[in-house]
Formats: sequence, C-alpha cells, structure tokens
Amino acid sequence: MTATGRIHSWDLSTGVDGPGTRFVLFVSGCPLRCLYCANPDTWHMRDGRETTVDEVMAEIEKYRAFLTTAGGGVTITGGEPLLQSAFTGEILRRCKAAGLHTALDTSGFLGARADDALLAETDLVLLDIKSFDIGTYRKLTGGALAPTLNFATRLDRLGVPVRIRYVLVPGWTDDETAVDGLGAFLAGLSTVERVDVLPFHKLGAHKYDALGIPFPLKDTPTPDRDLVERVREQFRHHGLRAV
Amino acid sequence: MTATVTAAERVTPAAWRGFAGARWRELIDVRDFIQANYTPYEGDASFLTGPTDRTRAVWEKVASLFPEERARGILDVDATTPSTITSHAPGWIDRDRELIVGLQTDAPLKRAIMPNGGLRMVENGLKAYGYEPDPFVTKVFGTYRKTHNDGVFDAYTPEMRTARKVGIITGLPDAYGRGRIIGDYRRVALYGTDRLIGAKRAERARLDAEPSTEQVIRDREELAEQINALGELTRMAASYGCDVSRPAAGAHEAVQWLYLGYLAAVKEQNGAAMSLGRTSTFLDVYLQRDLDEGTIDETRAQELIDDFVIKLRIVRFLRTPEYDALFSGDPTWVTESIGGIGTDGRPLVTRTSFRFLQTLHNLGPAPEPNLTVLWSPRLPAGFKEFCAQVSIDSSAVQYESDELLRPRNGDDTAIACCVSAMAVGKEMQFFGARVNLAKALLYAVNGGRDEMTGDQVTPAMPPLTGEYLDYEELAAAYDRVLDWLAETYVNTLNVIHYMHDKYAYERLEMALHDHPVHRFMACGIAGLSVAADSLSAVKHARVKVFRDATGLAVDFRTEGDFPAYGNNDDRADAIAVGLVESFMAKVRRHPTYRDAEHTQSVLTITSNVVYGKHTGNTPDGRRSGQPFAPGANPMNGRDRHGVAASALSVAKLPYEQARDGISLTTTITPEGLGHDPAERAGHLVGILDAYMSAGGFHMNVNVLDRAVLEDAMEHPEKYPELTIRVSGYAVNFVRLTREQQLDVISRTFHGSL
Repeated sequence: MTATGRIHSWDLSTGVDGPGTRFVLFVSGCPLRCLYCANPDTWHMRDGRETTVDEVMAEIEKYRAFLTTAGGGVTITGGEPLLQSAFTGEILRRCKAAGLHTALDTSGFLGARADDALLAETDLVLLDIKSFDIGTYRKLTGGALAPTLNFATRLDRLGVPVRIRYVLVPGWTDDETAVDGLGAFLAGLSTVERVDVLPFHKLGAHKYDALGIPFPLKDTPTPDRDLVERVREQFRHHGLRAV
Repeated sequence: MTATVTAAERVTPAAWRGFAGARWRELIDVRDFIQANYTPYEGDASFLTGPTDRTRAVWEKVASLFPEERARGILDVDATTPSTITSHAPGWIDRDRELIVGLQTDAPLKRAIMPNGGLRMVENGLKAYGYEPDPFVTKVFGTYRKTHNDGVFDAYTPEMRTARKVGIITGLPDAYGRGRIIGDYRRVALYGTDRLIGAKRAERARLDAEPSTEQVIRDREELAEQINALGELTRMAASYGCDVSRPAAGAHEAVQWLYLGYLAAVKEQNGAAMSLGRTSTFLDVYLQRDLDEGTIDETRAQELIDDFVIKLRIVRFLRTPEYDALFSGDPTWVTESIGGIGTDGRPLVTRTSFRFLQTLHNLGPAPEPNLTVLWSPRLPAGFKEFCAQVSIDSSAVQYESDELLRPRNGDDTAIACCVSAMAVGKEMQFFGARVNLAKALLYAVNGGRDEMTGDQVTPAMPPLTGEYLDYEELAAAYDRVLDWLAETYVNTLNVIHYMHDKYAYERLEMALHDHPVHRFMACGIAGLSVAADSLSAVKHARVKVFRDATGLAVDFRTEGDFPAYGNNDDRADAIAVGLVESFMAKVRRHPTYRDAEHTQSVLTITSNVVYGKHTGNTPDGRRSGQPFAPGANPMNGRDRHGVAASALSVAKLPYEQARDGISLTTTITPEGLGHDPAERAGHLVGILDAYMSAGGFHMNVNVLDRAVLEDAMEHPEKYPELTIRVSGYAVNFVRLTREQQLDVISRTFHGSL
C-alpha cells in the first residue's frame, strides 16, 4: 500500500529550485495566502489530483539519469509540501534511496510537521521567509512569522543546508530595517548557504483571472534593478552570499 | 587515397619540420597527420587574448559596409562575369592590415553570379536588387550552355512537378547549388596543390585499366575536372602572391592556404551550404609549432584566427529575395566543427578550438561561421564551461553529439550545413531537402487530394469518410500515402543530382575528396510534431471531421485531451519514433543515383514557417497557415514540462534511422538557466551532458529574453548583432521576415515562474 497525496503538477527547471536541473513536484494546498502568490491554483488541496507515491516515482524515474548527469535532483514545492507531510516525506525518502539529491521548498509555517526523519532525507531546504516584520508577515501571508523562524533555528541545529528565498515586493518587503533584521538573524545560522533575492513578478496574474479572483498586487510595481541590488548588498553586509 | 609517391617526394620538406608520423607523408591522410601531431588542451579559457587594434580596424572597416548592404539587400554585384575560381581580380578589405587575404570578387561583399545552377535564379536575383541581367551572359547560358535547372526540368515527370508545386516535396536544390559538400581544405595547407594534383593523377591512372563503362567514363572526366580545378586554385592563389603549389611553411601560411582552398570553392559554387569542415585542431598544430619556435605569440595566433573568421563572415551569394525569405536572411552555412574526442580517447580540443569560439567575443556575435561543437560528456571541463559561457553570451553556438558521430563516421567527422555528418574528404552527400509529413497526413484523410487546392496529387486513393477519424483506418491510409511519397521523393532527388553532377559539378570541392567517395542521399522530413500530435489526437481523443461540398476534409475538432510529443510521454513520443522509422524504411526501398546510401534528417531550417503556410488545418488543432515547429521540435506551447522533458522526447528519435541529423532548437531565458548568473554556464553544461547521454543528437541553444526579441522587432537598429539559433544554424534576428520573427517569439521559452 503506497501513500497518496494531492498534487497540482510537475515540471523541470534549472537553477531556480535548487542546484542543477530538477524535477519539481507541485503539491496542492497551502495554509498561507500570500498577496503576491504566483500559484493561486495550488491553494486548495481539493483541487489537486490524487496520486500515489508510486506514480510520482515512476515519473521521476524517467528523468533519473538526466537529473543525475545534469547535477540536479528533485524539489518538492507547492502549495505547501508540509501540509501533506507524510506524502512529501515518503517521496523524499524514495528519491534519496534512488540516489537523487532532494530539496524541500517551504514557507516553514508548518515546519513542526516535518519530523527529524523527513529532514534526514532532505539534502537542502529552500526556506521562503516572506518578511522579518511580524505585522507585515501577517498582512502579507495571513499567518504568523514565528513558526518559520523556529523552523530555521531547528534546521540549523540539525545541520540541514538551507537556501533562503526572499521575494522582494516594493512597499512590502523592501523596508531597510526589516531586511537588516532578517540579515542579522540569518547570519547567526550556520547552515544558510545563500540568500536568493527574488524580484516580485506578475507572471501568475493570468491564473487569478482564470480563477475569477482578484490579484491583490496587480497595481504593485516590480522592483527595479537598483532596489534588488540594494537589498542584496544589505544581506551581503551581514556576511551572507546573496544573489 | 592510396597514391604512391616517388622517393624524391618522400624527403621531408622544410614545411614539415618537426612533424611526427609516417602514414600521412606517404598518403593523403590529414587525420593521420592530426593524430600524430596535435596537442590536446585540457585547461580553461584564461590564456585567450582580446582583439588587437589591427583586428578591430579590419573588422570595423568591413562591418561599416553592413548597414548599406542590409538596407539594399546586397551591396554590389558583378553581373557580367560568371564566377569561376580565376574569374575575378584579387580584392582586399584593407590591404595593409589584412593578415589573411582573398575575396570572392574584387571587392568585399560584392557578389558574383554563378549561372551553372540556373540562369533564371541569377536573373531574378539581379532584377530583385535593381540590376540588369547582362545580355552576353543571358545569351551564353540561354543558348549555348545548358544549366542544372534546365536539365532537371527536362527530366522531371508531371508527378514530380505537381509534388513540388503543392509543397508536399519542397526546398529542392533544382534551381540553385546543392551544397553540403565539404572539401578537405586542410589538404591544401598540408600538401600543397602540386602533391594533390599528383595524387589525383594517380587515381585517374588507376581508372585507365577499367573498361570504359558509363560510370568509369564519368569518373575519368570528373577526375580530369578536379585536376583542372586544383590548377585554377594555384593560379588564383598566385594572384594574391601565395604559392599554394607547395605545403604551407608556418601557421600564417597554413591558415592562408586553407582559406584559399575554401575561397576557390565559394568562387565556383553557390551551394546552399558551403561548410568549412573541421579545421581548428589541424591549424593548431601549425600555430603550436610557431609558438614553440617563438616566431609568434598568443596575440598573433588569435589575430590569425580572427582574421580568418572575418573572411568567413563575409562569404556572400546572389540569391533571390524568395530564397532569403525561406532561409531567413542570407545564410551560407560556413559550418566549422570544433572539439570532439578521438577514437583513442584523447579530446580533440586544442587551444585553437578556444580561439575559434573566442572570435564571438573579439568580433561580436554573428551567425557565420556556423560554430558547431561536437559535444561529449567526456570533453575537458574547461572547454565545456567555455562553450556554455559563449552560448550564454552570444546564442551563436550549436552542439552535436560526438558520441553518436564518432562510432559511425569516425573522429575526423565534420558537419555540413546544420546537422549533416560526413567524414572529411571521404564522404559527401546529395542534399535532398525534405517532404512535408503533416500535409501527407491530410492526403491520407483526403485520398491524395491537396487540402488547399483540392487537386488530386497522388494516384487516386479512397478518402476516409467517417464523421470521426478512426486511428487504424487513418494509419493504414497514411502508410499508403507515405509509400507513394517516398518513391516520388527518391526518384525526384535522383533526377536533381544526376543533373547537378552533369551541369554544375563541384570540381574543386571534389578534388579535395578521396576517389572513390562515399555518397549519402540525404532525404528529410518536416512537420514531424504536427503529424505525431495529430495521430495522437486521433488515437487518444476523438477527432471530428468537417468537409466542404466536394467532400474535402478542411477542418477538425478534437474532443478530449491527448498526449503531445515533447513531454517525455511515450504514448505520443512513440508515434513520432514510428514515423521516423517507417519513412526511413520506405525511402530505403528505392534505388538511388550513384548508389548513394539513404539517410534522412529531421530538420526544417526556417522553412517551418513556409511549410505551415502551405498546409491546411491539422487534426492536432493547428490552424491552417500556422507555422510548424522547427526541425524535430515539439509544437510550440505543447511541451509543458520544461526543456529537459522536451529534449528527452526528441532524444528518443533514433539517430540510426535519421543519420542526416535530428535538430532541436531550444530557447531558454537567462533566469531559466539559474537565478545566480555565476551558475548558468555550469547548468548549461549539465543539460548538454544529460541530453547527449540520453541519446540526443543536436541542440541549438538560445539564451534570450522574450522582451529583448520584442524590442528588437520594434527597434532593429539597436540590435544589429543580435544572433539567434534557428533550426541548425544561426541568423541575425533583425534580418528575419516579420512572420519568422513572430514565429521565433511564439516558441516556447523555457524559463521559470
């Protein structure tokens, strides 16, 4: 009897969801409602397709040689993969057993659902920290910041390598004090490999139209190059590798 | 070649000082020379030098002519002198500064006429650019001297003419030079023409003992013509002050001699693709010897290659605007194959492999020469990284699998045109353009009537009459149409190549081949993804047919989903594989002219736009007139899982059944190769390694943002150098027709959200 989960889709990407070319599994369902979310079609678990771990592994198997040669692996994202932590954990375990590099892309909001066994099968965590300001975090995501920071601290304790994802949204996440605060926090963690500063984009806007829901940030500008560089420099100032 | 030499010839000339090896001295064997003398380079690109002031001055002088050429279509033409190797007085770009000399005519970018292929093509080309055809030329080639084009149309059957007219068989080299023949121009440098003429005489003498059959007579005449051409090359070179009758004595002469050999070919032939071969590692032997002797430094070595490449960039032919529209701009396919691994396991990468790629930095990106890296995961890491970086910087490099080439054609194989492999100097091909598999599928539905004109093209066959298409019925009807198509196609090619040999024989290029030569009959297919997806739709969904009053199926509606080729899904990919295998098997059933070995390519060049224009609605949902995907690419937008899935579908097509090449063009946004720019080259190396390891044959790599292309459409003057890879070669984006530009932009960009 193989575990089942609900997935949205899968894709192959290079250099944006962890190292090399990766099989990226989008699982359905997310407890947060980030205003800039590019994947609103993954919010609800019920919209996902029920799929067994075997089925997912059969698809991944078709790419194993490619992924290995290309120095990549498998990334589980979503949605929030820890919403279906048993399913996610099983896939990570099976991938690891198959010799593939594994990555977990999460907001950390449900970090408590990732048990130590799951994290032992995870080579890299892509940790999305949406804001370092408690108030902004709540307004931006509808959730609390603390679980994410707790999760980051736990990853440090367990020695799990981490890449931070920081989506830069003008007027929301470009506050210098908040960025500095996050930089100082991250500098205190030993397993943070780098910080990816990701410029906010609106390429997911058409999905909102298709779903018939308004895109909250449709009038928010994308950040200019100078702003992106300023924020990266702020992180670098804390001794972090920011790209 | 097995010509024996006299004892006197065996004495090592000074030109060969320091060279090792024996066999190449006795016989004409450039590969043996390379293997005995080259120095593999396993380091990185840090030794390379930038352009010197001299190089910049020469390049800027000729580049300053490009805007006017682009505005007028051509810069100038000599309309009165049919081109031969010796027809034109020498010309220069900048006589005091040029290191490598020689132009096709007496001035840079001034084109020549070559009426042997066809007078009408010359006249239309002249008129299109505001020149009057010369009455004397018209009289000679209209009255006294028959052309290739005349010969072909004398021997075409009505069926061949119809197949050509409706576009089920297209792009045939029946009015212009067939090209895709690579002379071994290295021989001129290594041996000098006196020795080469001696070897050709020996080949010819061996035929004297043979009975004078038609075949032997033809061979004797051809060898006589080859010897004449080598003599003309010697005289042409002398007009530039170069004595190519003797071997090149140093690196400067080696580059110059080799180029003069190539120049003689492009003075004599305006073949569709006039490819250079595999010259970089050969030339490296000479450059390395001069470096070791201290007579040149790295700066000079790079200058010689830069100057050579400047010359290759300005090869021009007079063609008609229609031809240019079909092939996007003004391509010459001066393909140079770089890298690869030797059969002994040593990489064939040298410093000069790097120097050739460095020209894209030193002179800026450009479509020609068509720099082609023979890729293997076993290539040295430093070279792989540099190739990938140059790709990211210029989008001007293509990759072909050395792991597929080496076991079949050997380790001295070069690519002609885009993806056609040949052992240099030993194999040649009869270029056969391609048939339209998507249109053929519609013929299967319509009993051989053309969906656009309603005319009966094939012998009458029963049309499919059901309200919905039935897969088994369609597959059986398609098989019958493809039987007819393969037969008509091979017979048409036989006519063309008989006449090309007779009226427009490539004397000089063939003088730089062994006799006898191995010939390929290079067939080709277009519309593979449209045909495969259409069959998949019929098989996995329901396809309703809409017919006009005459019963002609003119539209389809698909009910339900179907798997599409390009998603690494065997349900669809197996159909594409089956089509490649089945058409190849059908082609092989028909005898070829001069017993050429049948091959086929899955390549469209840029004609995927024109094929689409001439093909009606197809059952996959593609609308009438909409472009096909290029080459073996999945249909735009139907490959939904990223570049790796798309590439793995293409990698399933069996190279053994498509030995003339399988072309995949990918466009990746910079971000699609990684968020961190420093990682992108490494990631591209990984993709190439993985694709080739999976059996992939060819990949064009574009690293571009869609926004850049859109801006270039609106403001072409800002992007004179913007180069993109299309199907098997590169073009200046701003020289594409608007339709082709839109097609490129509509293609799947593999990026990330």
